[in-house]
Amino acid sequence: MGALKRAWLACVDFVVGDDWTLAAAVVAVLFVTWLASGGGFPSWILVPVGVAAALTVSVVRVQRAARRPPADPG
Amino acid sequence: MPAAVRTLGVHLFLLALATFLASTVEMVEALTIVLAVGVTRGWRAAVTGLVVALVALAVLVAALGPAVTRIPLGDLRVVVGGLLLVFGLQWLRKAILRAGGLKGLHDEDAIYRAEVAQLEAAGRGGRVDGYGVSVAFKGVFLEGLEVVFIVLTFGATQGHLAVAALAAVAAAVMVAALGVAVHRPLTRVPENSLKFVVGVMLTSFGMFWAGEGVGARWPGSDAFLLVLIGATLGLSVGGAALLRRANTPAAVG
Repeated sequence: MGALKRAWLACVDFVVGDDWTLAAAVVAVLFVTWLASGGGFPSWILVPVGVAAALTVSVVRVQRAARRPPADPG
Repeated sequence: MPAAVRTLGVHLFLLALATFLASTVEMVEALTIVLAVGVTRGWRAAVTGLVVALVALAVLVAALGPAVTRIPLGDLRVVVGGLLLVFGLQWLRKAILRAGGLKGLHDEDAIYRAEVAQLEAAGRGGRVDGYGVSVAFKGVFLEGLEVVFIVLTFGATQGHLAVAALAAVAAAVMVAALGVAVHRPLTRVPENSLKFVVGVMLTSFGMFWAGEGVGARWPGSDAFLLVLIGATLGLSVGGAALLRRANTPAAVG
């Protein structure tokens, strides 16, 4: 793997961490908020609600994975 | 005192506090590595790695800080706020998982013992222990990078880079002084709790700035940041409590 690619992956890992779907959800929330801004709709509410939902889903996924019984190797 | 001035004062205080706490956490982790190097490979290697890393970090802030502050505020807020929000959520998610029992608590003592074992297993170098220097450098530089990231994002979007940088330096000096006095890893620093608080603050600031950047108008303007911090803290503490209850042996069994 080239040095540049390694450096890029290190930067991504630095900011995003081990759950990239959380970062993707943040981008989606901000995009939807941007679309909703400018009209009469109070778009500000979308940010905390969207972030809270994304964080909850991320944590619940870890909880469910921890509860799952280990796969049978046999 | 006009309300706007009071609000600015509160923001500056929160900015400095968040940077100070984040820097404290990272410097405690860096101190553990420096102590391990010092005890196993010698203090010359530990101090050399430390000093070179601090200089590199200072150069990074000096080089990037002014460049970041020149970016138009609107464009800056959505990008920097978004990055800070993602970064903050990373901290907050891990803190909630630790508090909820789904991730091991950060244990400086265990990390110190593991580092010492690894360093002792490596062969000794010459007069200047390159391996020891590189371990100390990497430890301080990588932990310090997170602080630099926070200093640059906070300082740039709020326009108070010097305040953020000073808060980070104050924390580093405090941890260094404690390290020299105690001469052991600072296991009594409530790192896990501090990471929880820092995660809440980074996430809240990130939501606030990124939201503004995409055109959201927060009710009450800057004062709404306090509402975001309160709500994020409440949700996170509540979530961690629910997780803990769900993961107790009685609940699992």
